[in-house]
Amino acid sequence: MDIKDLGTYAVNTWCLGCGNFAILNTIKSVLKNLKEDGIPLENIVLVSGIGCHAKIVDYINLNSFYSIHGRVVPVAEAIKISKPDLKVIGFAGDGDAYGEGLEHLIFAAKRNIDITMIIHNNRVYGLTTGQYTPTSPLGFKGRSTPYGVKEFPLNPLDVMLSSGATFIARGFSLNLELLKRIFKEAILHKGFSIVDVLQVCVTFYNMYDYYNKRVYELKDHNSRDYNQALNKIREWDYNQDNKIPLGIFYKKDMPTYEENFKFEYLDEKDREEKIKNILNKFI
Amino acid sequence: MQENKEFSLLIGGKAGDGIDRAGLMLARILNRLGYRIYILRDYPSLIRGGHTFSLIRASKNSISAHCDKIDFLLALNQETVNLHKHRLKDKCFFIYDSSQINLDISKECGIGIPLESILKQENLPSIMRNSILLGAFCKVVSLDFNILEEVLKKEIKYELELNLKAAKNGYELVKEVIKLEDLKQEPLPILTGNEAIGLGLIKAGLKSYIAYPMTPSSGLLHFLAEVSGDFSIKVIHPENEISVILLALGFSYTGERSAVGTSGGGFCLMTESLSLAGMAELPVVIVLGQRTGPSTGLPTYTAQADLLFALNAGHGEFVRLIVAPGDIQEAYLWAGISLNLAWKYQIPAIILSDKTLSEGVYSFDYKITDKIKEEKPLMWDKKTSYKRYLDTESGVSFLEFVPSKEAVIKVNSYEHDEFGITTEDPEITTNMVNKRLRKGLYLLKDIESYNPINIFGDKKSPVALICWGSNKGVVSEVASELGLRAVQPVVLSPFPVDYFKAALEGVKKTIVIECNATSQLSRLLNSCGFRIDQNILKYNGRPFSLEELKELLKKVI
Repeated sequence: MDIKDLGTYAVNTWCLGCGNFAILNTIKSVLKNLKEDGIPLENIVLVSGIGCHAKIVDYINLNSFYSIHGRVVPVAEAIKISKPDLKVIGFAGDGDAYGEGLEHLIFAAKRNIDITMIIHNNRVYGLTTGQYTPTSPLGFKGRSTPYGVKEFPLNPLDVMLSSGATFIARGFSLNLELLKRIFKEAILHKGFSIVDVLQVCVTFYNMYDYYNKRVYELKDHNSRDYNQALNKIREWDYNQDNKIPLGIFYKKDMPTYEENFKFEYLDEKDREEKIKNILNKFI
Repeated sequence: MQENKEFSLLIGGKAGDGIDRAGLMLARILNRLGYRIYILRDYPSLIRGGHTFSLIRASKNSISAHCDKIDFLLALNQETVNLHKHRLKDKCFFIYDSSQINLDISKECGIGIPLESILKQENLPSIMRNSILLGAFCKVVSLDFNILEEVLKKEIKYELELNLKAAKNGYELVKEVIKLEDLKQEPLPILTGNEAIGLGLIKAGLKSYIAYPMTPSSGLLHFLAEVSGDFSIKVIHPENEISVILLALGFSYTGERSAVGTSGGGFCLMTESLSLAGMAELPVVIVLGQRTGPSTGLPTYTAQADLLFALNAGHGEFVRLIVAPGDIQEAYLWAGISLNLAWKYQIPAIILSDKTLSEGVYSFDYKITDKIKEEKPLMWDKKTSYKRYLDTESGVSFLEFVPSKEAVIKVNSYEHDEFGITTEDPEITTNMVNKRLRKGLYLLKDIESYNPINIFGDKKSPVALICWGSNKGVVSEVASELGLRAVQPVVLSPFPVDYFKAALEGVKKTIVIECNATSQLSRLLNSCGFRIDQNILKYNGRPFSLEELKELLKKVI
């Protein structure tokens, strides 16, 4: 198939140089790849929240649910529970998933439901024009905090590890090869996957230089080892100017939530019969 | 007792005494003599202690309201006597725990049972005090012990033998005093409004139910969780009500019929996604069991104070179905109808119940169950390329569900074009708003075939008592007795104005009766052009009794 077939007629309105392009192009190439591997594209559902990231579902010609701010996860969970054969990929921003909707994210990790969450983490609110997010560093001057943020950022991957996520990775919008490997592995992982993608908002928080100086790919890292994962996840706390590891931090095989639901079709007659039985018990 | 064909019983004690269960068993016993049942359950918001009672009314006719005055009082503690002795009629029966109750009632009807000494003597746990009392009741009304035994066997899962022993003790300790007439009517299932709503949803094809616990709707969650295996329903209790409704909308996207249940506070959290359901045209049924607010209010008591909230909840303008069933039959029927109509029109539907109906216990006419069938929604015929939001005459677009080989299915919370892609185009926006709102006109026409307004009592009376929801029982009964007209709109949105006008034909005086402080139904009716002359309002968490409503009406008529 031609990757162009994955596009739509929607006009792309991201800023020139926006990190979202990297995510869009990478996911398209992964989708093409998955199809070639035998996964029919109709078996894929994309879910997005609200924010610049979310426009991605308008730009990909696949099944999608354009949800509301902070509310990607429950929608993705239900789709997976209902149709376990589908691959459900959720896209969310950092304000969306780590702010407005953090509780959903924690519970999805706790359940180990087999969905993939890709977080477009630019550490700033873009669409609402430049306010701090849960991962903006201390002192960040945004439009709602002109004198600097007075709180430390959250390390979302640390939160995810302690919540029970079974696939945890970090990508960077300038390392497309790595991003592609991570996306594909995350989607194929059976269990809850989270990929935090450091992508850059060129308009409100241009961090290209900062990241380029600090990012490195994990080497000789055993992603099956919890403690190694914890150490590497904590190497950079989204605040201090440490080195920033990229790659798959953690991977674990565990039973998944959606396996608990077995569905058996009941016709009208079966239902009527069973209702009568229940009513008999109430006499 | 009116020739023994109608009477009321009250059983009371501390929370944790098993009053609820004992009340239900009393009802099941009377059911076997052909009585129709209504139970008002009154309990505080705590786990142990506090005063709990069940007020059981039994009648030859189908009923859904309670009386203040009682014929039988079964008391497990002194507090029950103190709080309820004023209810006793002149001729009454009072069965009580003589080991802890000092009788200061002049009536000669007291039958004391030394529960403590029986427990000690027979080595029984104290939770079985109510079984002893039940045994004594059955003997006092000259019932065969077999009836009680049969009910206990059906109801009691643990320590059945001990309970039977306890009941037998109570039975043998007292004498037969009166005989309850066997009405020779078929016994009916006795269940709560919550359970009837659950069964109606199941019959209409419910596949998943999602809820966060909240009185008075938790009973529906518990019931559906119990029967989820029988009906292959997914019952999920997630992190909060925000997740509850979003899960339902996710299920809806894949073509799975789902419902959610909550009360006012939980519904507040759902309103963001109620609006999403309106925009994305995703069907969902919301069971909203009202309780006394605002805020935490009286969590285990009743109210009808969320009507205007339900009518206006969610930002933006969109079509919603709101129904307020008035009794157990309507709870079953309108739950099923709501699920079918939500899917037919791809809209959110709200079943507006309250603590009285949701947790009240009623005799259920099981013969109505097959009136509800799962009706198939409008599916894509594959003749043209698929557009999730195709603009049609009725505004209803064809459905297709993932995974589909021939269709890409896009739903969107933004304004969108027919395919589901985001737009800010003014012309498309106008068209899409019109498309969505047009569904309401067709829905309104459809509703007329379902009897959206009930009329009871003297249908020609110039005085109309107007009520909604659980007040149906008390208002219709009082209207019949006083020769007045009672009008009960079941569908509140879209409001069937023409039908309502017809129901009021020849009416000179309108009296609206509601359990809220600001007469919300009157405000809805005013906005539809109807004049309301009087309001009778109650807002202390307790429903109207028959005697009370009659007295209040005498003052205004």
